[in-house]
Order: sequence, then structure tokens, then C-alpha cells
Amino acid sequence: MTAGKRVAVLKGGHSLERAVSLRSGAQVQDGLQRLGHEVVAIDAGAELVPQLLEADADAAFIALHGPNGEDGIVQGLLEAIGLPYTGSGPAACMRCTDKLLAKYLMREAGIPTPAFHALREASIKELGAAAALASVERALGFPLVVKPAKGGSALGVKFARTSDELPGAMVGAFSYDSTIVLERYVEGRDLAVSVLDAPGGAPDGASGGAPAPDGVAARASALPVVEAVPRDEGFYDYESRYEIGMTTFVCPADLPKETTERAQELALSVYELLGCHGVARIDLMLEQNSGELWVLETNVVPGMTATSLLPQAADAAGIGVEELVERILSSAFTR
Amino acid sequence: MRYRAVMRGQDDKRRTRPAAHELARYEALFAARTRGMKSSAMREMMALTERTDVISLAGGLPDTSTFAPELYAKLMAKVAAESTARALQYGPTEGMAATVGCIVEVMAREGTLVDPSEVIVTTGGQQVIDLACKTLIDPGDVIVAEAPTYPGAVPTFSAYEADVEQIEMDADGMPIDALESTLDRLHAQGRRPKFIYTIPNFQNPGGVTMSLARRRRLVEVARERELLVLEDNPYGLLRYEGEALPTLYSLDAEAAGQSGSSDLVIYLGTFSKILSPGLRLGWAVAPRPVLEKLNLGKQGADLCSSPVTQMFVSAYFNERDAHGGPAWIEYVQRLRDLYRSRRDVMLEALTEHFGEGASWTRPQGGLFIWATLDQRIDTTDLLALARENEGVAFVPGRAAYVDGRSGASSMRLNFAGSPESDIREGVRRIGKAMREQLGLLGSLTGVGTPAGAAAPASEEEPAGAADASAQHPVTGHTREGAPPSAAQAGRLADVVALPRRDDASSARRRRDR
Repeated sequence: MTAGKRVAVLKGGHSLERAVSLRSGAQVQDGLQRLGHEVVAIDAGAELVPQLLEADADAAFIALHGPNGEDGIVQGLLEAIGLPYTGSGPAACMRCTDKLLAKYLMREAGIPTPAFHALREASIKELGAAAALASVERALGFPLVVKPAKGGSALGVKFARTSDELPGAMVGAFSYDSTIVLERYVEGRDLAVSVLDAPGGAPDGASGGAPAPDGVAARASALPVVEAVPRDEGFYDYESRYEIGMTTFVCPADLPKETTERAQELALSVYELLGCHGVARIDLMLEQNSGELWVLETNVVPGMTATSLLPQAADAAGIGVEELVERILSSAFTR
Repeated sequence: MRYRAVMRGQDDKRRTRPAAHELARYEALFAARTRGMKSSAMREMMALTERTDVISLAGGLPDTSTFAPELYAKLMAKVAAESTARALQYGPTEGMAATVGCIVEVMAREGTLVDPSEVIVTTGGQQVIDLACKTLIDPGDVIVAEAPTYPGAVPTFSAYEADVEQIEMDADGMPIDALESTLDRLHAQGRRPKFIYTIPNFQNPGGVTMSLARRRRLVEVARERELLVLEDNPYGLLRYEGEALPTLYSLDAEAAGQSGSSDLVIYLGTFSKILSPGLRLGWAVAPRPVLEKLNLGKQGADLCSSPVTQMFVSAYFNERDAHGGPAWIEYVQRLRDLYRSRRDVMLEALTEHFGEGASWTRPQGGLFIWATLDQRIDTTDLLALARENEGVAFVPGRAAYVDGRSGASSMRLNFAGSPESDIREGVRRIGKAMREQLGLLGSLTGVGTPAGAAAPASEEEPAGAADASAQHPVTGHTREGAPPSAAQAGRLADVVALPRRDDASSARRRRDR
């Protein structure tokens, strides 16, 4: 279906996740080449659009993480120059990348997401928002998680164990974005469910993914659940997320059947709710005490590095790297 | 590539299940020690500072633009004309005799006399750290280092799975009494460090210099307890003021008596800061049994260091200046003058732009200043903000701590590698980002805490609370927010403790973008 295409692989860029993106891009390039596609690798810098125009590609494969690549900016540009591209469109990208917007949407739709409040840096100065902190603290309790509203990197994600630690944590998170989310800390197991459109957008039972639940378009399926177990004591941070060996991944996660199904159902609902296309990875927590599942966030350009969760989940579903790359590529032509 | 070959060998795209997990397969192949080899998020962020629109005060760079291109061309031509075949050939592992002669000359300049047969030429000083670990460290062995320590040594120590004990420094470098208590504690646990790693002159990143009394005492302690010391001295000749102090190597050699050689100090030197890091040439001087092991280790690592650059060095050391003196000495003198004035510019800029609660060292030489901010500021986050909004970079303090957590409020600034205008502008930009964070902290403190929660958020109150903590310059590593004791205030000084320059409302004004 997509054989012998000329594909521009967009990677790198200037975001904090540049290094990860370069590794994702390299893995994608390898896959595309083994599939017989012609690859034009582009490091997304100041010359991105001219390079794209010159590349004369059939499609763009987006392997960019972070601002520009994941937030709809590059997607919008690709639409402007009429080049088909992989993954979600600009609106879905915006909804997912803005964790705050995504959480509001999930809350409205009745999808469980940990309790939260947001703060804009400007509102502290202009509206005296700091005075709201005491009631936020009471509502969310400690420890609580403070994170920049945008940005997939775990840099900037802070934990405040006490009231005293909160201002420092907030200032840290504000270093990455002018809006931050304060969220109830869910103690438990760290799960991720990747969702993949069926080949050609058609229902797909053969690839090992769970079929979409009723009421959700049957175009996508959820891959087996991955559990990330940090090897280091403490929090699952940026380092452990991306460096081989720092985290043990278990896939499929050792969960009761109902929990697995519930996690996959939730992931598909979120995928649908936020309007994702092609592929996405939904991160969840399985709360230790209650056994409840909570959706944290959705990544529209999941990592494709050797240790990334999406390739592992696909692998567990019997989908090798090449087939995964091919399926994501085909999403450029099924929009 | 081998990876591809494997994949092509199984050219069955539709196979239902890979024989082994493609991903887990690699993980299973990695040596256990690679788990400790971290490429931290911070390091990845630093990689982004190579953008041309970013002023980087992060590097460990000398200014190589000061070396005359004509001289470089002349020396390379000389090497080519006189010894192409030798330059292009392998050389001896221990280094070429002529280069060793240059090394002996450099060390003599610092008052340290060495026997050429106890020198090994290495590929940069960094290789000495690697070889020392390779030959001395089994997993779990202890290395004692300064806190903060050379950020470039951290990945090496981690790669060899060393257990690193860091000793907080003060204005005079590593306090030897603190070292002794650490050694006692280790002894009680039945552990003995394999070596003590120290940068006595203009420490990287701390900028402080170990006093003569401490040098003597360190050598005594090493001799009493039969411990090796790795003396890392890249900047010794780059002293901008004050009296040169004897190396640990020479003090130990003196204590050892007749032989004139040290028996416990492994000395690390380099041409990187007095000539060029691009040459990749450093050296070690070590007790003979240690030297033999280093030599074996080097054989396995790279057989020999580049004869091309070794011959460049020996050709260069034969150059004379206009007065007939050695040209290299004149060049080092020029570097000293250049870096001294850059240091002064940075110190001035810090005074101007780092008001609130910041302190910094005043190095007598070397390349770096270590600045410590309000303890609630995490300089890794500050770097993200400063890089993005202001286009400036520095090394966050955590890089200098093996645990990756301490030193969070400090930063290393390089004053040697940038022109004065960049130094001024870079420090101004960092100061701006820092004040932005302090202003925000001011707005948040006292309101979000239980004590302050009841009070209405008046204009002045939160700022007042920020002032109270900002007035405690975090000169050392006060974690509890307590007023610093006299001892703490003196930590890592020659600290310039600054008066607060303005009130919170003007801080707030400046925050407006």
C-alpha cells in the first residue's frame, strides 16, 4: 500500500527532548529503509520548510518530540504545504500536548484523571493567585505533583511532599511553561497503553491488539499494556524513562484480565475523545490502594527508541518494528 | 552495520513473533556496569546549548583563537618536512621521548621535578582518570573526591561502579579534618578508599585552591594511611594572582626522601589548558608499579597517543620568542593576562547582576567561578528557563555531584572561553532569569504555607518573606534554610557576600517582560 515511498523523517529540533527524538528518528529511518522506502532525514531547524519543499517527499514521518513537533505547529505547516504526515492532526496535537486542556476534556467526558488545579504565572502577579494555594493544598493533599502544562519531558515535573516544598517546585515547573498543573499524586503502578490505527483504517483483529469497545470507532486497537518499573528508588524521572537499564519494562503487564481490559478501554476512549489519529500512547496510573485506574496524559508522538514503550507494546502484540513503522506511515494516507 | 545484517538475515517481515524481543535483546547484552552510565537529562539539555544564538558559559574551554594560525602552520609544516613517516606511525605507549621532555619542562615550571621514566603520555588528562579507575577500581570500591567535583570525572567514576564519597570544600579546598573523619568512618566499615581525587589549584568547578597547610596535611594523611592520591592539575600555570603553591606530588616526593619521587601521588597534567585541548595530550606521573599498570591499561585503550600531536608539541617547545625565551612560556603568560581580565569582568558582572542572595568564589586562577544562589532555586530548571528565554547556558551544580542531586542551587561559569562582551551579557541574562524566579518565589512564599495561609496576600508580605530567606546567602549547602553560621558563610569563599540591592517591588518590576 505504501511501498516504495519517499519519506521525509522529521527529527531532532530544539526541544529538550532533542536527543530522544534523534534516536526515535534513527530507529524509524532504519525501519523505513528495510521496508524499501527512500528516506530523507531532516533535522527540524530553521530550514525545515525549505528542506521539506526541496525533499519532494510523498509523506512526512514525524519523529519530533516536544514543542513544535508534538503540539500541532509542524502538523499545521505540513498541511499548509500539502504534505501528508503521520499521526494526529493539529487540533488533536494541541489537545494532547496541553495537559491542562486534556485533563479538562477528560473530566468533562467522565474519564478518570487525578484531581488537579492549574496556575498561570501571570495570574500570580495579576490576580493574586498565590492566595488560592492553601485551598488547593487542602483539596489535593500531599505529596502532590507539579508539572508544566506543556512538554513531554519529565524535566520540570516536581514533587512536593510538604507545603514548604511547594513554592520551589512551582518555580521549577514554571521554568518550562507559563502554566503549571498541580495534581494529586497517585501512588501505584505506572502503566502505558499504546493505541494504533488498524492498517488502512479498517478494523483489525489479527494484529493482537484488543478491539475497540462499542461506541468507539472500530478503526483503532489498543496494544498490550506496558508497566514501567523504575529500578531506582524514588520517582520515575526523565533519566530512567529514556536510558536503557534504568527502568524495567514489563509487557504485557502482569495485571488481572479485567484491569487490562479496563486500561485498554480507557485508552481507546481517550484516543477517541481527543481525536487522535494513527498512533498515540496513553499513560495511566493503577492506584495501589483503590485499584482505580487514572489517566495522566496522552502522547501523540510516542517515542520510538529502543527502550520506548510503543515499540515494546507492539512487539508484545507480534508487531515488529518494521510493521509498526509501516502502520504509522500508512496513517499519513488515511486521514 | 552488524545490526542491519542481523535484521536482513531474518528477512521475514511478517513473522508472527520475533524469536527474542528485539529490544530486550540489546538490554541483555549490555554489561551490568552500563547501568551506572547515565546520560542525564541535564547533559542532554546542555547539548542544546551549542546553538549559535546561545551564549555559553558552560564549556570547559580555553580560548584557542589566541594561538597564531601562522605558527600552527609553521609547526605542522616542520613536523611534515622533518618526520612525516614517524608522525604517521604508531608510537611508544608511554609516549615519545621528546614529548616527555616537554612535560618535564612544564612541571619544572611549577617547581615539580620528575624523572622522565616515571611519565606516561596520555590522550588528554581525561584518560588518566579513566586509566586510574581502570587499574584501581573494582565495583563498589571507594573513591574520595571533593564536593563539588570535576563534572567530567563523574561519568568515569560511574562507569567503573565506584562508590564516591564527596567532601564539601571551603575557601581553602578540601578540609582535611573532614577527610579524616570520612576515612575513619570508612575504616570502621572495613573499607579503604582506593584513591583520593583532588584538583588542588583553582578547582573545577569550585574555583578554590587548597592551602599549603592542607596540602602538607593531605600528604601526611596519605602517608600515614598508605592511600593513593590522584592530583589533577590542569590549571596550575594559569595563576592570575598570589604565590604558586607546591604540588602534592612534590610535597610527597620531599617526604619520601632520597629518591626524589613521590610514592603515593599520581599526578595528572595536560596540554589542554596551556596549549590546546584539540591535541588530546595529557600525562601522568606515577609511582613505578602504578605506572606499569597504567601503561598496560593504555595499551588496551588506544596503544599510544597520537604521534602527530606529540611531535607538534615537541616542535612547539623548541620555538623561541622575540627575546630568545621559550615561546610556550610567553604564550602561557599571554593566556594569563587574557583570562585574568576576563575573570575580573565576570566578577564585576556578577556583582552587578546577581544581587539577591547569591554568592560566588573568587578564583586566583583557572577557568571557573562557582556561584551559589538562593537554595530554593534549582539551577537545572534555571538553565531551562535561561536557555529558552534568554539564550544563555552554564553548568548546573548537580553535574558536579555524583548523586546528581546535591549542588542543585549552584552553577559553574566559565570565564576563559568567551570574549568580555559575551561574559557581561551572559551574566546579565542569567541574572535576569534568576530574578524572575526569585520574584515568583517571593510572590508564592508565605501565602502557600500554612503559617501564611490565613493572612491575606498583601503586596509586601510575600516579598518580605522572600527577602528574609534571600538574605541568607547560601554559600555552602545549607539545606534547612537556617541562618548560616560563620563557618557556613565562609564556605567556598573567597565569597563575595552581597548586600541586597533592591526591594521586592523593583524586583517585580524587572520581572515584567
